[in-house]
Amino acid sequence: MTYLGHLLAHLRKDLRLEWRARDSVNGMLFFALLVVVVFALAFDPTAYPTIARQISGGLLWVGLLFASMTALNQSWSRELRNGVLDAHRLAAAPASAFFAGKALANFLFVTAVEVVLAPVFAVLYNLHPLGRTSVLLVILPLGTWALVGNGTFFAALSLRTRNRELLLPLVLLPISAPALLAMIQATTAVLTGESEPGLWINLLIAYDIVFTTLCVLLFDFVLRED
Amino acid sequence: MQTSSSTPSKNTQLFAGLWLLATLAVLAVGYRQAIFVAPAEATMGDVFRIFFYHVPNASLALVPPYINLLGSIGYLYWRGKNPDRAAKSDALAIAAAEITLMLTTIGLVTGMLWARPIWGIWWTFDERLTTYLLLWLLYVSYILLRRLSSSGQAYTLAAVVSIFAAVDVPITFMSIRWWRTQHPGPVLTSGKVDHSMLPAVFWNLAGWAMFSLLTLSFRYLLERRRQRIAVAQAEAFLTDDPAVFAPAAGVPLRGY
Amino acid sequence: MLPLAAPFATANAAVTLDRVSRVYGSFAALRNVSLTLPEGASVVVLGENGAGKSTLLRMLAGLLTPSYGAVLLFGAPPREQLHRLAYMSHAPMLYDELTGAENLRYFAGLQASPASLTVEEALSRVGLDPALPRRVGEYSQGMRQRASLARVLLQQPDLLLLDEPFSNLDVSSARHMVELLGEYTTIANAEGRPRTLLLTTHQAELARPLAQTTITLEAGRLKPAAA
Repeated sequence: MTYLGHLLAHLRKDLRLEWRARDSVNGMLFFALLVVVVFALAFDPTAYPTIARQISGGLLWVGLLFASMTALNQSWSRELRNGVLDAHRLAAAPASAFFAGKALANFLFVTAVEVVLAPVFAVLYNLHPLGRTSVLLVILPLGTWALVGNGTFFAALSLRTRNRELLLPLVLLPISAPALLAMIQATTAVLTGESEPGLWINLLIAYDIVFTTLCVLLFDFVLRED
Repeated sequence: MQTSSSTPSKNTQLFAGLWLLATLAVLAVGYRQAIFVAPAEATMGDVFRIFFYHVPNASLALVPPYINLLGSIGYLYWRGKNPDRAAKSDALAIAAAEITLMLTTIGLVTGMLWARPIWGIWWTFDERLTTYLLLWLLYVSYILLRRLSSSGQAYTLAAVVSIFAAVDVPITFMSIRWWRTQHPGPVLTSGKVDHSMLPAVFWNLAGWAMFSLLTLSFRYLLERRRQRIAVAQAEAFLTDDPAVFAPAAGVPLRGY
Repeated sequence: MLPLAAPFATANAAVTLDRVSRVYGSFAALRNVSLTLPEGASVVVLGENGAGKSTLLRMLAGLLTPSYGAVLLFGAPPREQLHRLAYMSHAPMLYDELTGAENLRYFAGLQASPASLTVEEALSRVGLDPALPRRVGEYSQGMRQRASLARVLLQQPDLLLLDEPFSNLDVSSARHMVELLGEYTTIANAEGRPRTLLLTTHQAELARPLAQTTITLEAGRLKPAAA
């Protein structure tokens, strides 16, 4: 089988598992909604439209970040159940295809959550973006991949450590800091219309390329370590 | 299984002692230059003198992440082929990570002490403070990872994280720079520093560099000793076996 | 040193362990185990719980690296022989949410060597219906065990490593599995070489037909008494 064939086989398997269990996406969606609602309780976004525009980019990404973190851990604990991970460690297929398939599956799950969440968010926060809204269609996937690519990698890395639920955010957040900054700045630029998001989008593209390469190159070490 | 190399030789000890004395001497000269010789700065007055400690430590903090990276790459490269070199690389990596933490901590604390009287606040998310905070967090997470993973895999996982961290450092630098700039520009390279202040800067830079090198070597030797003790314990434990035990030459030795 | 080593010294070795130990802190799961098994050997590893049987098998599969010593399979480290070995642990190593056939189809794709058996063949060989729409999570313990065996047979490996394959089976299914495995070891592989089987169990009686050689582990040590 070709590399792409392996990747698609892994992706198909992960999608099928999620379709039958439906625990990740539902959990994530509900979690993200709760974060959005709790933030709305903390300050009244409809009363202060300007402030809402300035901070809701950050709120949206923070909500998505925490929500996806729950799914990332889950996507690997599936592999631990029944010792399936051992079968992957013994597989002759390239380890990085296994990683890429799972990262893509997670990307699709988080994107699905965004598709539902974004309109709800706009309604609850009474958001009227002042910039070009269509740019968000570029920012959202780029930012999501930055979170999910590294997230899938580090969730696998913390899989066999003690305290793995704790370790994932500890390692993932500092490394994702530049990407988080870029996606929040870009989103805020679109919402407020005060600046151009171009620089931040370029940074996100560079970040995605660099770190996806690193993940693909180093995943073998993480998977096959005993 | 005591090996002769478990305590440093007389020469090493003597050299380390002399190096420590030299470091203290250079730091003393640096202190005199910074506090008594250099003139008070025109607008900031004596508060400015903390810069003679802040700048050297914060600048030096950018070096050990790359030593950590080299050690980690070395570990990943040698772990299957040359266990001894792999163990040495790993010792270098952890030593460098802890030195990074030490230097960034000094840099952050001195920066905050300076910011309070000058800016009126202890902390602000300006370019460099944020960058150093993130640098500090990165290496805290590296050290935490080593603590939280079981001995067999900690080295590999930490090495992988170290590579990510080292790649992340320049990206963080650039992104924070674009984000905001409130910090006084680079003091040394902008050429705005009065010549009368340069001796204080350079003596302190030299002194702290010597101190960092000393602590780095010390931490490295400490880690090497810990590795040797772990191996010796495992070997002693296996040799009480009635079956003959003799680790063959060139046989991979892991799990120290 | 061991009676095992001598008679097969001339044959090609499928498995070579040279003074292998695995140490966890101050506990050794395996201590100085040296062993040579020729191609075509059929070996039963006996021992109590915690004697190091699983550690030995995981090490042969390349899932664990020895703290000391060296492991060679067909003259190379296990990780270079992944295409020639298959390992079955006491966990089923299958996804609960997929059916048996879906699981096997997925795992067949992961192996570089084209599987010599089709998914249907492998499943019917262990007595499972390939068209069964039930998910593995809804299987009984015995069915899981059989599906798991089908997974390793799929690959038609030269070296088959089975950890407690009979633990969840009733006597008649276990007999059936013993028969199946006995048959498997007699069929030569594509190059005409005999296949090697290594399994652990604490039901020595059941495995007797397969025990061309018996190894006993005791507290991580090899007990130097052949059956």
